[in-house]
Amino acid sequence: MNIKVLGGGCCKCESLLEAVKEAVAEKGIKAEIEYITDIQKIVEYGIMSTPALMIDNRVVSMGRVLKAKDILKLL
Amino acid sequence: MGRFVQDQILGMKWLNALIGRGLSALGLNTASRWGGSIQFFLYDVIKITILLCLLIFIISYIQSFFPPERSKRILGRFHGIGANIIGALLGTVTPFCSCSSIPIFMGFTSAGLPLGVTFSFLISSPMVDLGSLVLLMSIFGLKIAMAYVVLGLVIAVIGGTLIEKLHMENYVEDFIRNANSSVDIEAPDLTVADRLIYARDQVVTTFKKVFPYILIGVGIGSIIHNWIPEAWVETILGSNNPFGVVLATLVGVPMYADIFGTIPVAEALLGKGALLGTILSFMMAVTTLSLPSLIMLRKAVKPRLLATFIAICIVGIILVGYGFNAFQNTLL
Repeated sequence: MNIKVLGGGCCKCESLLEAVKEAVAEKGIKAEIEYITDIQKIVEYGIMSTPALMIDNRVVSMGRVLKAKDILKLL
Repeated sequence: MGRFVQDQILGMKWLNALIGRGLSALGLNTASRWGGSIQFFLYDVIKITILLCLLIFIISYIQSFFPPERSKRILGRFHGIGANIIGALLGTVTPFCSCSSIPIFMGFTSAGLPLGVTFSFLISSPMVDLGSLVLLMSIFGLKIAMAYVVLGLVIAVIGGTLIEKLHMENYVEDFIRNANSSVDIEAPDLTVADRLIYARDQVVTTFKKVFPYILIGVGIGSIIHNWIPEAWVETILGSNNPFGVVLATLVGVPMYADIFGTIPVAEALLGKGALLGTILSFMMAVTTLSLPSLIMLRKAVKPRLLATFIAICIVGIILVGYGFNAFQNTLL
């Protein structure tokens, strides 16, 4: 599974990244977590509101700082 | 009925009376300067905090229907001045903070939206939002709030159109013009529960971010309210000074504060005889332009376009100020 956290490197994005790591650890799955802060890349995915979360190249959340338990449901 | 809503529900005059009585019971004379300052401070902090939490909640719920990705798709369907108008209107309902201006700029540009439409959006987004409408209503009344919003939208539409006519596309930074994003993504479907959670989270984060500004704003407000002589305010910001509007705008531009922080200052100044247009210019200047947002925007556009953008905003805000001053008596 490939998980991407996208954001401009602001504190909101950092907390989303932390939550993702927490959720992945809790679920005990093998997932590759990428943290993308390159705005150009982010826009190429069509995303404009950060932080955003992509799972296997599908955008599942935008503009929200999800909690670990919300992410667990998405995994 | 309208009066009651404005004074007691939005203005919370009952709260002021309650705090006054509480302070008197504690042996504090609210007619004295210190007592009056404390009363003003407590009343305004509580009032603005309640309004802030309620408003942000309702607004965020509405905003969750208009992520910028959706605004972009809607805008793609309009052309000419119609697109500018829709851009300005969408600016009022799309969640916006200065950190999201670059991705929005890139997203709009790469989707082929005209530069002017993007700027209509970028001007109206911080200047006019649903929160400022209700907040202005609670302090200045419905007519002034509506006039503020309409004029803000007019500045956004004219400003965007002007930038379009000046053909400044070359002054957008290359990395933005070359951004390649023809993909339109569907925003993930949100349930009512998702939207409520989003709204609650927005209240918490906005409150944390804005509360210091409210304290500072109310602090300055209560100093003005109880300690600054009326004659001073009238001389600088009242009808005695024909350049009051220009001064208020130029002072407001570099300042960074939320509209929730500027309202108590505006309220206190109005009570001391400052002219309405002068105060509204100050508020518009503070919320629309600020150093942090300009530094952010500088990354996306070259100095010449940035300067044009700043000039258009300043001139627009100053004109609105003089307009309000001219019609103050019919509006208040």
